[in-house]
Amino acid sequence: MNAMLPWAITVTLVMYVLAMGLGLLRLARGPTAQDRVLALDFLYVVGMLVMLVLAIRYDSSMYFEGAFMMVLFGFVSSVALAKFLLRGEVIE
Amino acid sequence: MTLLIEAVVAVLLVASGIVVLVAALGLTRLPDFFARMHAPALASTLAAWIVTLASIVYFSAQAGALSLHVWLIIIVLSITAPVTTIVLARAALFRRRQAGDALPAPLARAPAARSGTADAGIEAGMRSTDATEQGMPRKGA
Repeated sequence: MNAMLPWAITVTLVMYVLAMGLGLLRLARGPTAQDRVLALDFLYVVGMLVMLVLAIRYDSSMYFEGAFMMVLFGFVSSVALAKFLLRGEVIE
Repeated sequence: MTLLIEAVVAVLLVASGIVVLVAALGLTRLPDFFARMHAPALASTLAAWIVTLASIVYFSAQAGALSLHVWLIIIVLSITAPVTTIVLARAALFRRRQAGDALPAPLARAPAARSGTADAGIEAGMRSTDATEQGMPRKGA
């Protein structure tokens, strides 16, 4: 009964990996460029969730900074890619 | 750590895994891009909230005091996710108009709001298609 939390963390990480595999499928196959940007944004969010689960797994709050950075960089990169799709250049 | 807290954290984590898996299935299986845009919002709202709640419960139980710093991620994510979605939707709409593909049906609006300055902030491509699609007979009626 004491091993309930490690079991749940393993199951959750396996689900996240499956979800990231499906996101990679959309990233590789997506018919248009905006599909690929959407899949990349999704992968960023799931990676951030993996960091938060690993913080519980290793009992360390250092992973929080990593997750926070992933949120910020995911936002900036997604907006930059969408701006590139809209205009053809990022900074004008 | 008591058994109750461990069970709560375990249930929250598995629930977030299920939500993320549903979002990934939607991203893979839905037929259209604008339908596919709905799926990742599930991961960046509901799953992120659940994992944050699990993290708050776990670290509060570990420290013996309320530790809310993970909440910062939720605050930042709830600001950035709508911005990303809107910018990406506008980019997709623009690119689809450029390519001449089929567009989603326009939202029905009141005729009074159509002719005024309501469209002033929207990009030029949207205005031009508004003019070509709705045309003269709608305006006369």
